[in-house]
Amino acid sequence: MTTPSPSPSAHAHARLPGEQVVLGRDRPMRLDSGVELGPFRLAYRTYGRLNADKSNAVLVCHALTGDQYVADTHPVTGKPGWWGLMVGPGRPLDPDRYFIICANVIGGCMGSEGPKEIDPATGQPWGLSFPVITIGDMVRAQTLLIDHLGIEQLFCVIGGSMGGMQVLQWAVSYPERVFCAVPIATAARHSAQNIAFHEVGRQAIMADPNWQGGSYLTRNTRPTAGLAVARMAAHVTYLSETALHTKFGRNLQDRSRITFGFDADFQVESYLRHQGISFVERFDANSYLYITRAMDYFDLAAEHGGVLANAFRVAGPDGTARGTPVRFCLVSFSSDWLFPTSESRAVVHALNAVAANVSFVEIGTDKGHDAFLLEVPEFYQVVRGFLDGQAEHRGLTRRGS
Amino acid sequence: MTTAPKTTAPVTTTPGGTPGPDLPGTAPAIRSDLRRIADWVAPGARVLDVGCGEGELLHHLVRAKGVDGRGLELSMDGVRRSVGHGLSVIQGDADTDLKDYPTAAFDYVILSQTLQATRRPREVLEQLVRIGTHAIVSVPNFGYWRLRLALLLRGRMPVTDRLGYQWWDTPNIHFCTLADFTTLCRDLSIRIERSAILGAQGREIPAAADSGPSNWFGEQGLFLLRRG
Repeated sequence: MTTPSPSPSAHAHARLPGEQVVLGRDRPMRLDSGVELGPFRLAYRTYGRLNADKSNAVLVCHALTGDQYVADTHPVTGKPGWWGLMVGPGRPLDPDRYFIICANVIGGCMGSEGPKEIDPATGQPWGLSFPVITIGDMVRAQTLLIDHLGIEQLFCVIGGSMGGMQVLQWAVSYPERVFCAVPIATAARHSAQNIAFHEVGRQAIMADPNWQGGSYLTRNTRPTAGLAVARMAAHVTYLSETALHTKFGRNLQDRSRITFGFDADFQVESYLRHQGISFVERFDANSYLYITRAMDYFDLAAEHGGVLANAFRVAGPDGTARGTPVRFCLVSFSSDWLFPTSESRAVVHALNAVAANVSFVEIGTDKGHDAFLLEVPEFYQVVRGFLDGQAEHRGLTRRGS
Repeated sequence: MTTAPKTTAPVTTTPGGTPGPDLPGTAPAIRSDLRRIADWVAPGARVLDVGCGEGELLHHLVRAKGVDGRGLELSMDGVRRSVGHGLSVIQGDADTDLKDYPTAAFDYVILSQTLQATRRPREVLEQLVRIGTHAIVSVPNFGYWRLRLALLLRGRMPVTDRLGYQWWDTPNIHFCTLADFTTLCRDLSIRIERSAILGAQGREIPAAADSGPSNWFGEQGLFLLRRG
């Protein structure tokens, strides 16, 4: 398989549209690993206007390979925002009503502090000297951004997949700062199967001689082949068998018969190769290592004695434990085998056990894990209905009151 | 438990469409038996409606009584519509998911016209009075005289306006008479604190729940239950 030489735009973020803020200036941020990070950069985008009492802020958390360009053209690929079906005029998250924030996670590669950025201590790219980060660290960094924006409580935190992990982490770590939470196609811990898939991806990257022990940026190489293979393997896990069969079947690619070779005979091969090749244009291989690791380490119950329900208990005014005040709406998709419905149900059961306010629905679709990014009308109807109900509860009117 | 409405009694909705948060302060018109159930619920109570359908009773309770309402419903469409109306509803199964709720988590747990569609009605009933300080249960009466007569004279499984299914497609797999129901409650040490036996056209039968006349002339029974 051939991959193109790296695009310079993927590695030059100075001119990226959107905002970038330096956080942790006064005090570095203490990571879960014990390492202190700071000052550090966070790149973000906002849509809409913050209302006078700062009650209409919504934080969108992106997935593994997502970024802050939720609803506008991606500066590298030129493609529309990754969640234009959810965020935008007339969409469930309408900038007319909400102040919508999305930040590139730390460890990412679209302007936030990560292995691709320059370590101020050395003047060289961080590479593998960047500290290992967790979902908790991503969220901690987001709280500093929310502080910076002067927002006390977010109306909603919403996200799918790894974004959903961040949503759960927000609700568990900062229940008083979240009015409602929408974790989509996610889990309270990364399963063994998912860790296994991530390991395949990481090994593909590290097996690429151009990875250079992680220091490819200083040696002016790029492990594009390894990263592309990682993406190809991962991409299969985002789809479903039915979706693959419906889309490609055993159809041949621009040929009438098999070639008895290892060219991309089948359309599905050609499609995957395209997915891999286009991914390396916009993503950093080391970021892929760091972010997949953060997902692997995610286990909300582990921090609470192995009992997930305890993660959702908060101290009441009289000091006794009570259920979280955060209102939840969980959504799963029937054909998602990466984050199957049983994972969402485990969270729902834990929330029920503390009598929390929770809604949950499994949307019937054959679109697999990626369904949360795709045209699935019932999904958006649920989220819209939930948000409208919560907004009414919170006293939010349309047109930024 | 199944997704279909268990009985074919007409369901009334608000004029101009389904209930929703766009109708602040208005309580939608609801089925007469649901209205009776609602009358038994104290204002501001914590309520779980098991098998809540599209949330019409919950919506009524939230609007008219200011309850903290939750729902459990098997069908995706039912949950989608309920959540779309601003209600807190979980997609789940009464037979398997009630055990996850903590004891006495609710003031009232409501099971309307659904018990006969569960796989294990006895266990479901026990769960209801565990989760709720009170349970409100309504059941169709298979001892109703029209059903008895239909079976006696025609020798076929009865199909009526309210129970409009053929035997081979009915979701109602555990029918009981009112006498059966009150007996089960006694066996499980569940106290019947209040009951309303409704006959034809929803008229209340002025007789005790466990009496012969109720079992003959009641088309359905509503019960306010409590763990004994």
